[in-house]
Amino acid sequence: MAPDPQLLFQLGALNAEYARRLDDDELEGWPELFVDPCVYSITSQDNYALKRPVGVIFADSQAMLRDRVASLRQANIYERHRYRHLLGMPHLRGNGGAELSAETPFAVYRIMRDGRTEVFATGRYVDKLRRRGEALAYAERIVVCDSSLFDTLVAIPL
Amino acid sequence: MSSSSEARRWPDEGLTRVPYWVYQDPEVYRRELERIHEGPVWNYLCLEADVPNAGDYYTTFVGEMPVVVTRDADGAVHAFENRCAHRGALICIDSHGNAGKGGQLTCVYHAWSYDLRGNLKAIAFRRGVNGKGGMPASACPEAHAPRKLRVETLCGLVFGSLREETPPLEDYIGPDVLPRIRRVLRKPPVILGRYVQQLPNNWKLYYENVKDSYHASLLHTFLAKFGLARFSQKGGLIVSQDGAHHVSYSMANTAVTAANDYKAQNLRVENEGLRLQAPELVAGVDEVGDGITLQVLSVFPSFAVAHIYNCIAVRQILPKGPGMTHLLWTFVGFADDTPEMVRRRQRLCNLFGPAGLVAMEDGAVGGFVQRGTARALDENSVVEMGGSGIESSDTRANEASVRGFWKAWRAHMGM
Repeated sequence: MAPDPQLLFQLGALNAEYARRLDDDELEGWPELFVDPCVYSITSQDNYALKRPVGVIFADSQAMLRDRVASLRQANIYERHRYRHLLGMPHLRGNGGAELSAETPFAVYRIMRDGRTEVFATGRYVDKLRRRGEALAYAERIVVCDSSLFDTLVAIPL
Repeated sequence: MSSSSEARRWPDEGLTRVPYWVYQDPEVYRRELERIHEGPVWNYLCLEADVPNAGDYYTTFVGEMPVVVTRDADGAVHAFENRCAHRGALICIDSHGNAGKGGQLTCVYHAWSYDLRGNLKAIAFRRGVNGKGGMPASACPEAHAPRKLRVETLCGLVFGSLREETPPLEDYIGPDVLPRIRRVLRKPPVILGRYVQQLPNNWKLYYENVKDSYHASLLHTFLAKFGLARFSQKGGLIVSQDGAHHVSYSMANTAVTAANDYKAQNLRVENEGLRLQAPELVAGVDEVGDGITLQVLSVFPSFAVAHIYNCIAVRQILPKGPGMTHLLWTFVGFADDTPEMVRRRQRLCNLFGPAGLVAMEDGAVGGFVQRGTARALDENSVVEMGGSGIESSDTRANEASVRGFWKAWRAHMGM
């Protein structure tokens, strides 16, 4: 069955907003794209396949996401860098009822202070979504990275 | 400036100076692999939980030497070089697996087979085919078999050594540090998650960083800025007699907390009033019952374990060339963890690793030294906090464990 075009559009718009806020350093607006409570985690395909609960990041409330942003802004020290998210077409699952789930493939490039641009991570977002008025919000976003190797640090969320 | 081919000489000042060529010189790096990792030390290889069943294998490294760890039918753990006796191909090409019913590992190239102890057991067409080809009777390919490691296990950790003269593992770690491993890994650990952090620096810069209790609350300001810890918290530093291994720890907030010790020194804690919106991020229970909230421990040259509240992070330090290191993080819990305890560990693991709120800076700071010292091969760093010795102490404003590391390193390297 063809996916509901309106849902696909709504999720595409949410994903685009998510990527823009991270890439444009609007981190304070990033937790708002989640409902509360929510789940956000970064892990690897290996951990995900083995159902291992610990990855690089695990948060289970919007407050925890805001704490991470506050920490990045005011406590953590790291070399200046940016990301560029490139997202693929979401693959919708579920019937458009209360529980809507989807997967979206991503590539994240990292641009360092000295100009180096490299592929930092590839993978898929495994999402559970909730309707919020006319739009969608993330109830759960598991960032499943294809590789288990992370270079240097993961300061900005993926 | 001396060139890398000249013999390197340690500065006359001794342990209070570390020359920068130790992080840059490819010849020094090559000798380290030979004299340290493949020398009389115990290298951390994996957890017993990585080879839980008979026939299981797991691949890792001793320095840069590829190694297979196995469990045989009797439950014993073995380790040997992951190199076929024939043409030198890897025997096991996957990260882990099981040898199957026959209990043999077979090289894919020409199907030479090994038992789980690393003994060469079968050579395809050794006697030839239809009376033609094959090896002469005098051939002894067994003489080229992969090197076997001595293996010892401790608290669910597997260690390997290539040398007969390495003392037994418990003697090697010594009476000061050993109880601190048992304190954390009280029961057989189970794996909760794993990943590799690639560090753009020499392996020793990470190892020194683990041992350096002085930097902890200066580089890592998360706990201080959110009002969760102060450098004046009660704690201490334990250095093994030979300097090689260490423990640093701090206790839950106690009366010695001095709110102004940072301000007095004009350090980076200007954001008073910053508070966690999700305090459960750092909510732990005292599993051990001794009041210690943070313990960092190292066993020379490749093992470290950090324990903060209920997060237990095992780290394997793998050199990947003079300027690169892979850090294999394995987060563990115990089989009888309640769902609440697993959730606590999950949240607390946010504090460590490449995205660690407490310690993400460690991933980059070694690279800052690696880059900063690129052309300072005749210069030395100054390691004089706490004097010039390697004694244990009750303050963490001390670099005794870093000096201890260099004492052990120099002994192994003959420098």
